[in-house]
Amino acid sequence: MEQELFSHGPSPAARLTFFTLLSLLFLISDAHYRYLDVLRIGIETATYPLQRLVMAPVDLARGVGSYLHAQNSLVGENVILKQQILENRAELLRMESLRRENDHLRRLFESAKKIRNPAVMAEIIYGARDPFSRKVIVDKGSFSHVREGSAVIDDSGLIGQVLRAYPWASEVSLITDKDHPTPVEVMRNGLRAVVFGFGSSNLLDLRYLSTNTDIREGDVLVTSGIDGTFPQGLPVATVIKVDRNPAYTFSRILCKPIAGVDQYRQVLIMAPSAPPPPLPVETPEPVNKGKK
Amino acid sequence: MEIGPRQEILLPVRPGFIVFSLVISYLLNLIPVEGLLKSAMPDFLAMTLLYWCIHQPQRVGIGTSWVLGILMDVANASIFGEHALAYSLMAYLALLLRRRVSMLKIDHQFTHVMLLLFIMQSVMLLTGLAAKNIFPGWTQFLGSLTAGLLWPVLTRLLKLPQRPKADPTRI
Repeated sequence: MEQELFSHGPSPAARLTFFTLLSLLFLISDAHYRYLDVLRIGIETATYPLQRLVMAPVDLARGVGSYLHAQNSLVGENVILKQQILENRAELLRMESLRRENDHLRRLFESAKKIRNPAVMAEIIYGARDPFSRKVIVDKGSFSHVREGSAVIDDSGLIGQVLRAYPWASEVSLITDKDHPTPVEVMRNGLRAVVFGFGSSNLLDLRYLSTNTDIREGDVLVTSGIDGTFPQGLPVATVIKVDRNPAYTFSRILCKPIAGVDQYRQVLIMAPSAPPPPLPVETPEPVNKGKK
Repeated sequence: MEIGPRQEILLPVRPGFIVFSLVISYLLNLIPVEGLLKSAMPDFLAMTLLYWCIHQPQRVGIGTSWVLGILMDVANASIFGEHALAYSLMAYLALLLRRRVSMLKIDHQFTHVMLLLFIMQSVMLLTGLAAKNIFPGWTQFLGSLTAGLLWPVLTRLLKLPQRPKADPTRI
C-alpha cells in the first residue's frame, strides 16, 4: 500500500508544502492586493446555478409559509400598512415640495443639480458562512448595472456597500463588518464623522471625536455624502451610548444601525453618485473611501 | 476498546460517485442558516473530503481538498486560501492517520474525525485572526462536534453504493 501511494507522484509532505505555499500566496495577494478578483468572478459565475439550486427549496418553503399565513394577521397587517401609506403620502407631499424648493434654490445658486440615483431592487440569497466577516450575497450583479461601491439600503436606512459585483450576483459588505468605514454627519448639528463596524456585534463605533464634542445619546447619524460613494442623507445609525472618559483623547461612542442590517431579504442597491472632484494633494481630514 | 472492524468486501468505488458526493456536500454547505444553527452546522464538504481521503487516498487527496477549499472561499466570500489551507492540511493529516482510522469500527472513528476537524477549524481561525484580526468566538467549534456525531451516518451513506448486491444464486 505504502509503495502504491508513493509511486503516484510526489510524497504527501511535498504536496502539503506545495499547497500550503500556494495558499499563503493566495492569502497574501487577496488580503493586500486584489489581483485574484478575475478568478473569483469566474468561480462565482460558474457556481451561480448551484447556489440558485440550493435556494430553490428554501424559496419554496418560504413561499408555502407565507401562503399559509393566517388570514387575520394579514388583515391586521393590511390595516397597519394602509395607515403607513397615508402617513408616507403626507411625508411624500412634503418631500416633493421640499425637493422643488431645493431644486429652485440650487438653480438660483447655479450649482450642479442633484442627480437622482437610479436604484435596483435585489434579494439577499444568503449570508456568507465565514465567521470573520459580515457579508451577504444578493441576486443582482453587473448585468443589472450594479457596480462596486454602490450603497445598499432597506426601507429604513443604509445596510452596506457592494464590495464585488459578479455578473449575476454581488457581494455586499454590511456596515457592521469589522472596520467598515461609513462617512456620516450628525443630523442635529451637521457634525461630520466616520462610523466603523465592530465585526462581532451588531453595533457601530463612532471614532475620533474628542471628549468635548457636541454629541448626545439619541442623535441620528446620516450619510454625509462627502465620500462620493454613498448618496447624502441616508439614515445610518442612532447614538445609544456616549462614554466621555477624560483619560482618553477621544470619547467612546456606540451606535445602533437604524436599518435592519441582518433582518430583511429585500434590499435596494443605489447607483453611486457622480464621482467627486479630485482631492487636493494634501488633505488634513482622513477621509476614507469606504473600500478596503 | 474493540479493535478490528467486521471485514467487508466492497465493490470498487465509481469515480462518478466521488464527484457526485462532493458536489452534494458543497451544496449542503451553501444552505443559508442563521444564528447558533450557523455555527452548529457541520462542514459537510470537509467531512466528505475526509471520508474519501481515508478510503480512497489515490483518488482524493491534498490537491482535490485545496481546489474545493478555493471554491468554498469564493462561496463564503472569505479571503482566498483560508479554506484551501485548512482543507489541505486536514487532508494531509487524514492521509497520515488513515490506516489507524480505518482499523477502528465506524462508531469509534468519530473521535479521530472530530480531532481532524478541530485542527482544520483552528487553522481557519488562525488565518482569520492573522488576516483580519477578529476572533469570531468559540461557538463555531460546535460544527466539529456535530460533524463527529454525524460521521457514522455519513460513512454508512457513502458506503452504500459499494455494497455488493445480495445475489440469491450465490452461496
